[in-house]
Amino acid sequence: MIVRFAGDSGDGMQLTGAQFTAETALLGNDISTLPDFPAEIRAPAGSLPGVSGFQLHFADHDILTPGDAPNVLVAMNPAALKTNLKDLPKGGTLIVNADAFNERNLQKAGYTSNPLEDGSLDEYQLHKVPLTTLTVGALKDVEGVTPREAERAKNMFALGLMSWLYGRPIEPTIEFLRAKFGAKRPELAEANVKALQAGYAFGETTETFAVTYEVKPAKMAPGTYRNITGNQALAYGLIAASKLSGLPLFLGAYPITPASSILEELASYKHFGVRTFQAEDEIAAAGAAVGASFGGALGVTTSAGPGIVLKAETVGLAVMLELPLVICDIQRAGPSTGMPTKPEQGDLLMVLHGRNGESPVPVVAARSPSDCFDAAIEAARIALKYRTPVYLLSDAYLANGSEPWLLPDVSELPDISTTFATEPNAGDAFLPYLRDEQTLARPWAPPGTPGLEHRIGGLEKSDRTGNVSYDPDNHDLMTRLRAQKVAGIAADIPELEVDDPDGEARVLVLGWGGTYGPIAAAVRRVRASGRKVAHAHLRHLNPFPRNTGEVLRRYERVLVPEMNLGQLLKLVRSEFLVDAVGYNRVRGLPLRASEVAQAIEALIDHE
Amino acid sequence: MSDANGNGHGRLTLTAKDFRTDQEVRWCPGCGDYAILAALQSFMPELGIPRERIVFISGIGCAARFPYYMNTYGMHSIHGRAPAIATGLATTRPDLSVWVVTGDGDALSIGGNHLIHALRRNVNLKILLFNNRIYGLTKGQYSPTSELGKVTKSTPMGSLDWPFNPLSLAIGAEATFVARAIDTDKAGMAEVLRAAAEHRGSAFVEILQNCPIFNDDAWAFVRDDKEGVNRIVLRHGEPIRWGKDGEKALRQLPDGTIEACGADEDGVLVHDETHEEPSLAFALSRVTQATHGGTPVGVFRNVSRPTYDEMMADQLRVAEERRGKGDLAELLHSGETWVVS
Repeated sequence: MIVRFAGDSGDGMQLTGAQFTAETALLGNDISTLPDFPAEIRAPAGSLPGVSGFQLHFADHDILTPGDAPNVLVAMNPAALKTNLKDLPKGGTLIVNADAFNERNLQKAGYTSNPLEDGSLDEYQLHKVPLTTLTVGALKDVEGVTPREAERAKNMFALGLMSWLYGRPIEPTIEFLRAKFGAKRPELAEANVKALQAGYAFGETTETFAVTYEVKPAKMAPGTYRNITGNQALAYGLIAASKLSGLPLFLGAYPITPASSILEELASYKHFGVRTFQAEDEIAAAGAAVGASFGGALGVTTSAGPGIVLKAETVGLAVMLELPLVICDIQRAGPSTGMPTKPEQGDLLMVLHGRNGESPVPVVAARSPSDCFDAAIEAARIALKYRTPVYLLSDAYLANGSEPWLLPDVSELPDISTTFATEPNAGDAFLPYLRDEQTLARPWAPPGTPGLEHRIGGLEKSDRTGNVSYDPDNHDLMTRLRAQKVAGIAADIPELEVDDPDGEARVLVLGWGGTYGPIAAAVRRVRASGRKVAHAHLRHLNPFPRNTGEVLRRYERVLVPEMNLGQLLKLVRSEFLVDAVGYNRVRGLPLRASEVAQAIEALIDHE
Repeated sequence: MSDANGNGHGRLTLTAKDFRTDQEVRWCPGCGDYAILAALQSFMPELGIPRERIVFISGIGCAARFPYYMNTYGMHSIHGRAPAIATGLATTRPDLSVWVVTGDGDALSIGGNHLIHALRRNVNLKILLFNNRIYGLTKGQYSPTSELGKVTKSTPMGSLDWPFNPLSLAIGAEATFVARAIDTDKAGMAEVLRAAAEHRGSAFVEILQNCPIFNDDAWAFVRDDKEGVNRIVLRHGEPIRWGKDGEKALRQLPDGTIEACGADEDGVLVHDETHEEPSLAFALSRVTQATHGGTPVGVFRNVSRPTYDEMMADQLRVAEERRGKGDLAELLHSGETWVVS
């Protein structure tokens, strides 16, 4: 079942969606969510750009995406109807706030006639509910609440109605409202609770809704679950990495959508020894993280594309210094400012190649909101072990989307501890670029270590001693050593797994990062149609898993779906000489499983 | 063992030689940087801080080579970014004595943003700005402190940029310690550096430095001023007088500006580096050779304000007191959870 709430930015749709999600998660359904909101905090009320939406997919079975098209659309005003109706299949359920369909709002949304009356919605199951009137009516006896506040509680009325319709418990939301407003404005908490209850009661008593829907708990692996968004999981992953490595976490960040919530989240965990530094700019944020790393901390910086380009200089320095640094790029649609709240996978080639000189940097990508936790630990592991900057890629969809997360056993998380140099490593001398034979990592000797005083910098280093060197052969050697060190990580990461149940598929779908859900869902559909298809999904994009070429060559055709114009495609074609083809959409939305499925089927049927 | 500034109370017996590295110093013959390096190497033992707890961080430019020649921990980083990098280090490692070496282009042009923000935050850094009023490493373009009309290779008809006054900028950026020294004045520089090192928080020191190749004698009027004709030496609590026989003085007018006057005239200004209000220090920073016939050196401003790293450490401590030491399993299980069996 896929439900979409859509309304004005000020209508509280994100809150409504989040609470419906919380109620649903507690019932044990599998869930996947997609908040979709404008970058403007409050675009003009009632306007098309001001529409904010929240889509929730829940089911009694394992699901992989927030869903392509909703079964139910709740539209709080004409603009929300106009921008979202195209996604609602014919026959879908449409619940609208009839009160909002006045002449002014219709005009703002560009309607010349009222769609609630002109028959244009005849093909949908239309429910016209005067949400505003009913809410204000239900709250007329609540004292201390302004008429404006009463009207604004209509989102809770809508939530109550939807909760009844799908048999969700409203108690968690009542607790939430009391906790949110209770201390400062108990009367406001009660008004919202009352609106919620009135909506629930309205569903029960009115005969408008002939059926209620029951969605049973999904069959999920046993264990303790919680709902989590990608950015929250990423922040937790960084805290875990700090604990698992025994190093204090330092985050340098500059506010930017959609990465800011990582900074905000981490700022609230100072009791974990987390230092957060809101810098004067993106460059300083990265620089301070490198400074903290030099001092022996786990240095991290977070941003999105427009900030990542500014950090390129610092990342290059970290490549030369060979110090650990984790750079999180929560990708959003570009170029330039692009579409700040919308996801894209457009930064892959930038993080791989967007620096001067031969400047190899490992890249790790998260595949789902909860996977951001594990991906963050993995990025930190590589950074610490190989003394290198590591890019961690997420995107706006993973960042804000949520899903149930089977909580890991803390004792089973990987040990990513590292050792500092404490003694001279060449007789009485300390050579800061004398490498570990196996990893090629150089020793990490933070200031404060007696006897190991040394200088590092962005100028080319002499092998072993780390002194400034312009020697031609030394530069050639050092360039190759840095490349070899990163390439060697391939031996230290898992092989690429292929989901090919009976091994008979001739077409492989290769994805990376945040497209995991839509691609996996598409693969299920294709298999349900009787066709055979294999799916492999990359977490490591530099270096690639050591068996990647072998996997690609095992299949006759390779399809690479991406939310860009073919960046991984370009890499696999050049690296492995494989004639892969792309499926590319850059709409600022997650890929649609149905469309990916069509592309796979077309490739299979064409063979 | 050590106080929060990395000071070890002089129990160590290091000498200038201990602070030299095996790297060949590669500045041009006659460069003012040699004098500054020698002065710093001689001065450092006086601090009594073990070498391993001293860090020099620089950006790019001639001055930025400095860390390679100091036998401490060091980082030669990227253009203009040293204050940002040093902020991360000083914030996580309050036990270190962190020094930033920068130039007029590095600090005031490409790194201007980082400089002002480090100063306003009062990060525990000592920032030494070698000001030679020219770009040296890139071979002679005008800098943000070059005088208006400066003819250089990039400004054949004269520069159009009104220059920065580095001290005015630092004071405007809420710096808690602001001083000026001269590369060749070893004693004066040691005095200023001593005060900077003792200052808890950001200390900003402009060092007038000569570039003999691209801007020779830019500071000749104070640098070679052995008789003190042009140097106005600021001393806290003392009347501000200078001149061959101390015949000149400064006084403050009711509008806050400062003018030169005779030493025997009424109202000679008594220097107060600790004045809470930055306006006096700012007015002194506007006293120049061109406008007043003298150039002040010494400590302009030296006030106390909580430092960034101390306040951050306090927040961490308070958070732990309130919530207990962070527990990872507890964190993961926070919020609404449910069990599937």
